[in-house]
Amino acid sequence: MIEISNLSLTIGTHPILRDVSLSLEPAQITGLVGESGSGKSMTALSIMGLLPRAARTTGSITFDGQDLRQTPERRMCAIRGNDIGMIFQEPMTALNPVQTIGAQVAETLRIHGVASRAKAQEIAAQTLARVGLPPEKVPPDRYPHQLSGGQRQRVCIAMAVALRPRVLIADEPTTALDVTTQAQILTLLQDLVQQDGMALLLITHDLAVVSQLADRIAVMQNGQLLESGPARSTLTAPQHAYTGALLAAAAHSPRRAAPPKGRPLLRVQNATRIYPTARETPFSPPGELRAVDRVSFDIKRGESLGLVGESGCGKSTLTRAILGLDALQEGAITLAEAPVTPDMPAETRQKMQVVFQDPYSSFNPRHRVSRILREPFHLSGIPKDLPDRIAKALTDTGLSPEDAHKYPHEFSGGQRQRIALARALIAQPDLIVLDEAVSALDVQVRAQILDLLADLQARYALTYLFISHDLTVVRAVTDRTMVMQAGKIVETGPTEDIFRTPQHPYTRALLAAAPRLETI
Amino acid sequence: MIRFAAFRLLSLCLSLLAASLVVFCVIEVIPGDTASFMLGLNASPEAEAALRSELGLDKGLVARYLAWAGGMLTGDFGTSYTYRVPVADLVAQRILVSLPLALYALILSTLIALPVGLLAAALRGRAADYGIMGITQLGIAVPNFWFGMLLVLAFAITYRIFPAGGFPGWEAGFGPAMRALTLPAVALALPQASILARVMRSSVIETLDADFIRTARAKGLSEGQAIRRHAFRNALIPVLTIIGLQFSFLLAGAIIIENVFYLPGLGRLIFQGITQRDLIVVESVVMLLVFAVITVTFLVDIAYALVDPRLRRR
Repeated sequence: MIEISNLSLTIGTHPILRDVSLSLEPAQITGLVGESGSGKSMTALSIMGLLPRAARTTGSITFDGQDLRQTPERRMCAIRGNDIGMIFQEPMTALNPVQTIGAQVAETLRIHGVASRAKAQEIAAQTLARVGLPPEKVPPDRYPHQLSGGQRQRVCIAMAVALRPRVLIADEPTTALDVTTQAQILTLLQDLVQQDGMALLLITHDLAVVSQLADRIAVMQNGQLLESGPARSTLTAPQHAYTGALLAAAAHSPRRAAPPKGRPLLRVQNATRIYPTARETPFSPPGELRAVDRVSFDIKRGESLGLVGESGCGKSTLTRAILGLDALQEGAITLAEAPVTPDMPAETRQKMQVVFQDPYSSFNPRHRVSRILREPFHLSGIPKDLPDRIAKALTDTGLSPEDAHKYPHEFSGGQRQRIALARALIAQPDLIVLDEAVSALDVQVRAQILDLLADLQARYALTYLFISHDLTVVRAVTDRTMVMQAGKIVETGPTEDIFRTPQHPYTRALLAAAPRLETI
Repeated sequence: MIRFAAFRLLSLCLSLLAASLVVFCVIEVIPGDTASFMLGLNASPEAEAALRSELGLDKGLVARYLAWAGGMLTGDFGTSYTYRVPVADLVAQRILVSLPLALYALILSTLIALPVGLLAAALRGRAADYGIMGITQLGIAVPNFWFGMLLVLAFAITYRIFPAGGFPGWEAGFGPAMRALTLPAVALALPQASILARVMRSSVIETLDADFIRTARAKGLSEGQAIRRHAFRNALIPVLTIIGLQFSFLLAGAIIIENVFYLPGLGRLIFQGITQRDLIVVESVVMLLVFAVITVTFLVDIAYALVDPRLRRR
């Protein structure tokens, strides 16, 4: 249906795609996988004719016998949304915040002149119902901000499929969503493909998602298409070494020592954090939201504890309390017997450090690495042996002492996460809170960082609180796991037990929804 | 939406109360005794005391504040010390010049700026965009009184289309009055339009990078359609903020232009009030301007909520 042959793309003198050839067939799901920057999205935008202005292409993209590269913009506008639909990664920002969802779906129909205003609204309501947003539950006159992320992605899908296009391109459609929502959206896409006979190009970095959904798999690296073929054979007997390496990295589990039986390092008792909510009238008292509700647990010295749960369950609020950034309304937290509060002494604060998700935004871009690594000492005073400590922290995290003079932008995402780890290590902490610390990394880099974490833990007897939405990773690197839902810990136990024999219905739902990489 | 407006209205009233206290206190601490100023250097202390008690200046602070604030609520602004006429009458005459002038200038500036900004954003990076940006740069750099004089030279002296200054009053009819206000309004509007056009341009360009514009393009909208149907309304929010600020400036800050064109506006009244220690006039006009500014802020808040449904809940 769509035939891409020898597509090359340059922006300025920078080659982005090289000789990409790929075909999409009706009623088939083609999974396009690869690391970030491998050219997946640019391939999709080439099909849509929505490339940046500076982009120059060669080769051909044939759809119904016409080359989309040569098609004039006016004609492309008629094809987009009508014959080829597309949905994007970020459902939170993909919708116009000042228009109702019904109007935005109806616009697809109006813009292609297929229906009158009233008829378009009617079809829009039907399409919304078809993607799981029935009018009695989610009326079409709602605005995007009144919907959850998963519901917004459904609206995006409704806009893309309202005219029953023959091709649908989904660029990381579930990456920003929770596992249970992800499972629902993937099932919806699968159903639409079956019902409408659409060709679906599913772009993702998540091999597990493709392995569950795709009929065919194409693998990209550095702007080149390395291999494409039937899903099963690509996963079980990859032709290209890189595909094999990707699969191995995705299933990677670092070697770890047996869980320790020491004394508790961090004790959380009855921790409760309440947020005031909006007042009903100017004079009524504010309502309250119990973001963390009577949570109690211990972490032993040298242990890795996993904390899983969907967005909004209270993970971040709990983390802020543990780090002593926010005060608790009830309960207490202690670290090695010392109380943890926002005004705790610098010595206690230094005993725990944190590594966040986004390696791109957690450093001041105008500071050199040496200054970034000095930050933990702002409260306690600069130690005399600081240059030695910086060199050691950088060496420990697999960087070199010379890197101290560089700026953050000179490093890749994985290297930046190493810098973040070095910043945590330099204070010689007991506890490191890893808040989605590997979630933004590509699989191969993620595997390296997980190895590094295991290695550092063994060497320095570190204790980890590992917060993640990625169940596979939690299973690979933690001794015990806690499952959090709506501010409460609903289940806690040794990681293998939780994954093998989950007790709580919510844990079971979470595990059932998580895509598994099915290989050999 | 109604709850949102009620919240805003409540905050408007509280702001007014706070502002009246601040205005009253500031005027109180300004050095210079009204009575001795009015009576000149050779006045006897007895005469000054008599005048003070006549003006009510010998009462306590609280009593005077209550009398002043209470009077304002009932439309009684007190009597001007120098003119010996009710302040309300003075202000009423002047506001009939200043308010139409400010509105006229604001409408002109908005009507010029929004299309120009939108055009520059649509043609960003091209020659026309650079041209528009160059002109707006000039518009910001040139002082408005100088621009006003140029306008007088061109349209009042050379071509004699508009009067060079003065105000015939609304009794003379709508046409002549508006003609008298046209050149000052243009002089006031152009620098404001230049600022507004630049804000509009950058706001639209920023919105064009938003994900929902990409979504709209994927639906089949052309770039122009995406700008008109999706970028415009989203880009309006920062523009509304600037419009609100500009109206306050235009109402009170037109002193120089009022002088250039000999217009009897509020700016000149307050200037005269300060030089003659006519504190009751100053107090009342400042309070009136505060009221105008706070009301405009309230209207801008309501406009935000009309443009952006996300703001209606608060």
